[in-house]
Amino acid sequence: MTGTTLYGLSACLLVGMGLYGVLAHTAPLRRVLAFNLLGAGVFLLFGVGARRGAAAGLPGDPVPQALVITGIVVAFAATALAFMLMRRLAAARAREAADASADRTGGR
Amino acid sequence: MADAPAPSYLLVLALLVPVIGMLAMTVARLLGLRRVEGIAAVAIAGGLAIAGAIALAVVRSGAALTYAVGGWEPPLGLALRADGVSAVMLAMAALVVAFVALYARPQFAADDDAPEGRRAFAFWSLLMGLWSALNLVLIGEDLFNLFVALELLTFAAVPLVCLDGRAATLEAALRYLVFALIGSALYLLGTAILYGQYGTLDIATLAGLTRPDLATHAAVALMIGGLMAKAALFPLHIWLPPAHAGAPAPASAVLSALVVKAPFFLILRLWFDVLPGPPSLPAAQVFAGLGAAAILVCSVVALRQERLKLMIAYSTVAQIGYLFLMFRLTIEPGVPAWETIGWTGGMLQLVSHAFAKAAMFLAAGLIAEALGHDRIADLAGAGRAVPVSLFAFGLAGLSLMGLPPSGGFVAKLLLLNAATLAGAWWIAAVISVGGLLAAAYVTRVLKRAMAMPPAPLATRPVALSRELAALALALIAVALGLVPLQPFELLAIGRP
Repeated sequence: MTGTTLYGLSACLLVGMGLYGVLAHTAPLRRVLAFNLLGAGVFLLFGVGARRGAAAGLPGDPVPQALVITGIVVAFAATALAFMLMRRLAAARAREAADASADRTGGR
Repeated sequence: MADAPAPSYLLVLALLVPVIGMLAMTVARLLGLRRVEGIAAVAIAGGLAIAGAIALAVVRSGAALTYAVGGWEPPLGLALRADGVSAVMLAMAALVVAFVALYARPQFAADDDAPEGRRAFAFWSLLMGLWSALNLVLIGEDLFNLFVALELLTFAAVPLVCLDGRAATLEAALRYLVFALIGSALYLLGTAILYGQYGTLDIATLAGLTRPDLATHAAVALMIGGLMAKAALFPLHIWLPPAHAGAPAPASAVLSALVVKAPFFLILRLWFDVLPGPPSLPAAQVFAGLGAAAILVCSVVALRQERLKLMIAYSTVAQIGYLFLMFRLTIEPGVPAWETIGWTGGMLQLVSHAFAKAAMFLAAGLIAEALGHDRIADLAGAGRAVPVSLFAFGLAGLSLMGLPPSGGFVAKLLLLNAATLAGAWWIAAVISVGGLLAAAYVTRVLKRAMAMPPAPLATRPVALSRELAALALALIAVALGLVPLQPFELLAIGRP
């Protein structure tokens, strides 16, 4: 088994695990983590493509590397946005629960 | 003819002007300027002029505008390109954004130190970011560049959903984000496979290279599957109704009218420009089947909604279904897809739905503001309180039902003709039933709103300028009904 094949199979495994996690879990945090796993698999696949595409005699094709760097930035931004939303959601839920219980006891 | 030699700087400006507006807002805030909606107005006026100039240039030259970023031609560099369809969609986006901004000006005009100030700043800067990303989706030529554009669009659209900060809308935004992220991961996976196969991601270059093999089909299937989740095609639509109904009215209008059209536009590009050979009939049947299911199921669900905004959001999912009929209806042996009436009908449906749905969400926002709620059962008296908004709602409804004279009428008539020509009787039946169901859910609202209220209503006044913005969008949707009933040449400009 060559290195390229090994990396390719690992990429497939990561994508499969990530996809399963995103679809099978309902907790937002787990879903976002699974999305990152899925993303890692895709980026690895780009790396494999870079090895395979190096037919011109270069050690590797630089374009996928540039794409992967951009992709990582985008995935990082997406993860940050998701975590921010989760924090806001937790705070809003706590606030609304406090308001509701205050309404019930007539404490307002 | 496809490669106009002169680079068109208009395309760059279409991307940059909204971004400059967004950055100017941030700078203005740092400089102590407390209100940003003036900057947004200037940027929108500029963007509107640029979209108009692009449309004019495309019509005059009869060829696509192109621009190679940094002077690097593809496959090494990135290209921007606006053909007839892109030009129409750029103009549509600019008009919708402009009228939504007119509507939103009084709503998001708070000083920075007011409690509403943060929200106002967020709304205007997100609107600018969203517009720039949308324009990039419409004129990008590189599949990875388009991925970045789609992600920027998502990052601008998701926070718009939860501007009010309630737990319910935050939850809707989070669900929207998860769906969008799964969609973009699948899209990127397909992109990686295509790059591995062909060593380029430029759509024009790929068009001549792609072979009908397993890897290509798998890659495009992954990409289209991801985009379907972002475009909310049935049954991947469950994120859309809570997100679009929970957002403030101007944000809902932009999301429903424009944002869901971006992934659909990319599916069109992949289907017609990247996939090799004649389009596959079974795949087109699958699209049409899902579209038909969307029309029937979501129209019925819309009919059963108790909240006005949720009803309109379900109607969006149903109307998106019509767009996916297009893949089946453009298959005519011996005729390029863009010379069929199915192509014109589908594009007209896309554009007229954008105007009608934006008008409808804006009108619904005013009705809810005037009455203080949007329960359909208690709408009685809305006809007295906000007559102009209700009229706009009715006109927009005309287009959704497909009644003359309206853009929706011409679109649905063309799709119906195309279905009959293609011998797809079941599609013709679905289009007709969909029109009836739309008529049912629109008239249900109108009937309640025109009724006399049981007791005199205490309503809040709304600014007439906001009502007129909704009305203007509805009138554009109606005016689209004047488009000739044949393949429309503008929509075929720049096609290979």
